[in-house]
Amino acid sequence: MRYIPNTEQDTRAMLAAIGAGSVDDLFSDIPESLRLRRPLKIPAAVSEAELVRQLKALAATNADADSWNSFLGAGSYDHFSPAIANHLIQRGEFLTAYTPYQPEVSQGTLQALFEYQTAICQLTGMEVSNASMYEGASATAEAVLMAQRISGRRQIVVARSVHPEYREVARTYAAQLGLTFVEVPFAESGGTETDAVQATLGPDTACVLVQYPNFFGVVEDLAPIAEAAHAVGALFIVCSAEPVALGLLKSPGECGADLVTGEGLPLGGGLQYGGPALGFFATRERFVRHIPGRLVGQTVDRDGRTGYVLTLATREQHIRREKATSNICTSESLIALLATISLVSLGPRGLREMALLNLRKAAFAKQRLGKLPGISVRFSGATFNEFVVRLKKKPNTVLAQLRRKRIVGGVGLDRWYPELADCLLCCVTEQKTREQIEALTAALGGAR
Amino acid sequence: MSGSGRTVGIQGLVFDEPPIFERSTPGRVGYSLPACDVPARPPESLVPAHLLRDDIPGLPEVSEVEVVRHYTRLSQWNFGIDLGFYPLGSCTMKYNPRVNEDVARLAGFARAHPYLPDELAQGALQLLWELERFLAEVSGLDRVTLHPSAGAQGELVGMMMIRAYLQSKGNPRRKVIIPESAHGTNPASSALCGYQVVGVKSGPQGVVEPKAVAEAMDPDVAAIMITNPNTLGLFEEHIAEIADIVHEQGGQVYCDGANLNAVMGITRPGDWGVDLMQINLHKTFSQPHGGGGPGAGPVAVRRHLAPFMPVPIVEKGPEGFRLDYDRPKSIGRVRSFAASFGVMVRAYAYIRSLGPDGLKHAAETAVLNANYIMAQLKDAYLLPYDRRCKHECVFSDAKQLPYDVKTLDIAKRLMDYGFHPPTIYFPLIVPGALMIEPTETESKETLDEFIAAMKAIAEEAREQPERVRNAPSKPRIGRMDETRAARQPVLRWKPGT
Repeated sequence: MRYIPNTEQDTRAMLAAIGAGSVDDLFSDIPESLRLRRPLKIPAAVSEAELVRQLKALAATNADADSWNSFLGAGSYDHFSPAIANHLIQRGEFLTAYTPYQPEVSQGTLQALFEYQTAICQLTGMEVSNASMYEGASATAEAVLMAQRISGRRQIVVARSVHPEYREVARTYAAQLGLTFVEVPFAESGGTETDAVQATLGPDTACVLVQYPNFFGVVEDLAPIAEAAHAVGALFIVCSAEPVALGLLKSPGECGADLVTGEGLPLGGGLQYGGPALGFFATRERFVRHIPGRLVGQTVDRDGRTGYVLTLATREQHIRREKATSNICTSESLIALLATISLVSLGPRGLREMALLNLRKAAFAKQRLGKLPGISVRFSGATFNEFVVRLKKKPNTVLAQLRRKRIVGGVGLDRWYPELADCLLCCVTEQKTREQIEALTAALGGAR
Repeated sequence: MSGSGRTVGIQGLVFDEPPIFERSTPGRVGYSLPACDVPARPPESLVPAHLLRDDIPGLPEVSEVEVVRHYTRLSQWNFGIDLGFYPLGSCTMKYNPRVNEDVARLAGFARAHPYLPDELAQGALQLLWELERFLAEVSGLDRVTLHPSAGAQGELVGMMMIRAYLQSKGNPRRKVIIPESAHGTNPASSALCGYQVVGVKSGPQGVVEPKAVAEAMDPDVAAIMITNPNTLGLFEEHIAEIADIVHEQGGQVYCDGANLNAVMGITRPGDWGVDLMQINLHKTFSQPHGGGGPGAGPVAVRRHLAPFMPVPIVEKGPEGFRLDYDRPKSIGRVRSFAASFGVMVRAYAYIRSLGPDGLKHAAETAVLNANYIMAQLKDAYLLPYDRRCKHECVFSDAKQLPYDVKTLDIAKRLMDYGFHPPTIYFPLIVPGALMIEPTETESKETLDEFIAAMKAIAEEAREQPERVRNAPSKPRIGRMDETRAARQPVLRWKPGT
């Protein structure tokens, strides 16, 4: 086996040095009754070439975003990623290093994560970011738990326009501690109205959670909601599944957010059938000691040279064990590096330009689709790169018809919102051409 | 020399490289975006002006070549498996096959949207379905949830399932038994499920004694979380008896599978009486660690726990593979979408490349390598538990302390010899622990060079202890002021700093 260098001769020499008669002797501490005395029932080994052949065949059965005209979004967004990002993260020194416990030989990862933390702060308008978490939904759940720890309160207020899977994950986490959830309905704009939020708030409200842009693509007006939450002493959490929007939209920090979380995969990471992903997590300096996950800090070595270390570890599980701020140990360093490379390559102007392309193309598509007979735009609020349309026919029937033209027209909302069972969520990023949008329009015109 | 090679420096040239933000020059461009082929409406006409931002202060403007050089230079400050031996105990730093990187990037995988209708994602679903069967077979359990994004999230999901299962029987119970040698994630994961942690000590042989578990066990104990092989690298030989004790009073047996690499194909947790375990794909199944993730921690379960697995799961039916969301007893969701799919592709590719014989051979060789290091170093370093180890061996600094040389010093000095240090000061039950896990992907020559370096350091500790205490000298920077980092946290770059 090419991954295992030892030869039989090496093995014999090593066994002799150990004083064991055979490799099997090394397992004599395992009771015989527990030994597996047959081969594992998994397929026999394949060669490298055969492996690639088989996996290419398997991959080819998926409708990838290059060979299909896809308008899927809903938490996973197809954005341009510079070629250098994918190349740089495959440098062995980044790819095959562990969590940087030994700073002297891990400065590359540490400085890159320090840059990531900085870029996330700049993007979200916050003061502190951790070094990344698993993915957007669980990072958001961790923010809910943190708000509970800080406030000591037990009621969680969540906008119904937050990604259904994010809400579900937050509930799964919070259910273990018996926290209660209250949902704020969305308005005719598709957004969350401050009055509706206010109606749910009370002295036991730990936090208010809103998505930006929300699950329907609608740009929530955050500032008044922040004010309402703060008026009762609750924390305001803003999650974003589409941080590219922050190239153009006012940052959640500027709007009064206390915690900003979300999915960083759109920043160069692509679709990946959902993962590995990148949970980002940012907050205010005053909450730094409550943050879950890893943090990288700047310091100096014995000779005064600037360098970086993992820091504030007294929050963490390996020190605090059951009293830790979280059980998190692994972050998503490599994807954080990828996102950082993409973000700095774009810079403030590139990110704005990318966001503008999304805004304009989606607006164009929304207008085109909205003019088709039998189709109407469902919500009146301003949207970023996604929008909801209402159909006369069942969304699943329409989607099936579109598939015959190699178009994936979006995602039907019936699976999450019975009240929107006749609706379709469509996403248009900068990767879509006008021609592809016209093809969707034409197909929908015929498919009604 | 076919081993790690003698270190003569760290790189050809090593550069100082400030944070990328300091490289910014207004007007520089590092991107290329398509022209707008739809009407270029002003943003204010689409989004209310008060919701728009003008700028992202601080985000740099740099050209493509500057970005490439910056991150290439940073990478050169790192040590990775590709550079040399990385015997970090408990982390299973084995070689990461490059073909796995290639197949994970196939367009049909990397460019597939997670909400593709099932009929358009059959390849992805088939891979997940098959991988679940492979992992079930290796663990000796029935079903596997592929959702958890890391070992610790696997533990958490496991504890949630235990809680939901016991709740369905009428009482979720309040306590979890955890041996003192456990990873810190075990108690933290239990606490997140509202469980109170009860510690048990290991016996004189370094393994948990059935008697200790029997004493801690009562009808209010939901589960035992036990790592096997344990963090001393020893096989918990009483595991079957311990499982019986816990089961007798209705408790569940959770195995922390972080150390599965030592036993795959040789013995299976399901056959020990374990009810559920997480499998760290970034350890045993070669997902690259990437400087701290991404990883994944699928949880294998016995049949009675399967209804509680997170949604969705992949099922095979007459019309092909599909995601099943209709699981009324499920604990719910723990992540968005169905899995860290790219990690699953790499694990799948790894298992297919090794096959049943290769996996067993990997485990055998990992154990052989660890026992070889243990045998060769036990004169130079104190070995608190002198018996056959599995994938790793744990020494202490007791023989070096009289010369005022500590584990931390030994670890740092190893860098000068061209090795990544072992895991240090863990497990907590061995004071000054040096936890060495070589894995199967290292040659005898590499192990011999490491052994020689460790012996040389033991000698230096006696003859020139200050040399060890002042290490390392070869890396670009020396020991860091960690106290300052924690007392005056600087967690982001700011202009003018």
